[in-house]
Amino acid sequence: MVGYLFLLVAWPVSLVVTKAFADGTTGIRAILEDPDVVHALQLTVVVALCAVVINTVFGVGMSLLLVRQEFPGKRALSALVDLPLSVSPIVVGLALVLVYGGRNGWFGPTLEEHGLRVIFATPGMVLATAFVALPLVIREVVPVLHEIGTDQEVAARSLGANSWQIFWRITLPAIKWAVVYGVVLSLARSLGEFGAVKVVSGNVLGETRTATLVVEEKYLNFDQQGAYATAFLLAMVSVACIVIVSLVRPRGHR
Amino acid sequence: MSALAPEADRPATRRRPARSTLTPASGLGLGIAVLWFSLLVLIPLCAVIVTAVDGGWQIFWATITNEQTFAAIRLTVLAAAAVTVVNAVMGTAIAWVLVRDRFWGRGVLEVLIDIPFALPTIVAGLVLLSLYGTDSPLGIDVANQPASVFLAYLFVTLPFVVRMVQPVLEELDTDVEEAASSLGASRLTTFRRVILPSLTPAIAAGSALSFARGVSEYGALVLLSGNLPFKTEVTSVRILGSVENNNLAAAASVATLLLVISLSVIVLLDVLQRRVSRRG
Repeated sequence: MVGYLFLLVAWPVSLVVTKAFADGTTGIRAILEDPDVVHALQLTVVVALCAVVINTVFGVGMSLLLVRQEFPGKRALSALVDLPLSVSPIVVGLALVLVYGGRNGWFGPTLEEHGLRVIFATPGMVLATAFVALPLVIREVVPVLHEIGTDQEVAARSLGANSWQIFWRITLPAIKWAVVYGVVLSLARSLGEFGAVKVVSGNVLGETRTATLVVEEKYLNFDQQGAYATAFLLAMVSVACIVIVSLVRPRGHR
Repeated sequence: MSALAPEADRPATRRRPARSTLTPASGLGLGIAVLWFSLLVLIPLCAVIVTAVDGGWQIFWATITNEQTFAAIRLTVLAAAAVTVVNAVMGTAIAWVLVRDRFWGRGVLEVLIDIPFALPTIVAGLVLLSLYGTDSPLGIDVANQPASVFLAYLFVTLPFVVRMVQPVLEELDTDVEEAASSLGASRLTTFRRVILPSLTPAIAAGSALSFARGVSEYGALVLLSGNLPFKTEVTSVRILGSVENNNLAAAASVATLLLVISLSVIVLLDVLQRRVSRRG
């Protein structure tokens, strides 16, 4: 079983590290000196941060509504928020193009008349990234909200705290680690999104090309060194995310 | 897996019968959340389905029965199904070892299992290519072979069953197992009659997720499989091809079929799991 994990995960991942450093640090340095790659890295970070902020606010709010409130359609809604996990990134991209596409999307032409370009621009990439990472925060926060119960919140309310105070002083500290965990997972997912971004971005060099698209493009152009170096940077970030999560986890829920 | 209540069409938020506990403020919050969710997820997905049906049933049928598309769908579904079976067995075994055995390096294994989930899919593809590609140090070259699709799916779906089964196994009392074996049950019987029934829901849920993730995967296999029509081309690659040729109607038809396949497997496994756990 350890052999299975070794062959499937550990060995391949370690090979990327060795290939990235095959010529010492020149590969990495060449990447960091290429303005197009640097731009792609910056764009990736900006898009991922926007998506994570949106998803965190939405996710915490949605979790509170789903756990603490009763309303018609609640079951349906809680089933639907899991939906993005089962949708192919390519289908996500296609769906967004059909609605927000500049030429014949449902809303695209109207938005473009008002000067907001969504598809083949940054807003579309943020939407695509937010779509694929949507359920991650909710899936972490909902079980913890169920677990902590409402005793403390009810007590605070009886002592005269308003909803806002209850949220900041009681609920948020209790779900803090679940939120952190969800945010880190979302960040890893957002930085690495590929398929959906490929469809909506148009992949324009120096404009809408993200780091994951650089990896593919470099590999297909036989620049293996560059591909492995960029992949190494991305892999490092995501492995760092997981390690942080595994350090955070024991102190949080579980 | 609570996916898809039959009445799950579109959440009706404006009607507010007596059962609701919404205050005006949280009602507003719900309204904003549902609006954003609709703009981001529901309306775009509806657009896919509407575009697919728009051309009429015959065009839809002609698109999905196109020989090349059909080959792609068959490969996708078969590979995802095979991977799901492997995951159900290996995932349960891995979860078992992580929960029941104490050994050095357990923390490292935990991290290893999460890596496929967090690693960017394109990087995952590159990673697999470096060990199982043309200059493989193992001498195993699956690049441009149908097996590469299986391998890529296996990598990206690794965490699902493990992460579903693990918490259930942690909660499980060893008392029952000891009672069973003291009453003369063999280890196999204990596993089959006592442990497996309580794990079934988690295994089914994990399998459903891993199947759905498998059929929808794109990034991990795009470099590995070479996307050869009739041989290694999978459904998502086929959809992308249609999008790039600006044939959005065809893309939407295949995408709808893909959605239907993954949702029906989720529902099927949910039903199956309920039947098994009822039998106990």
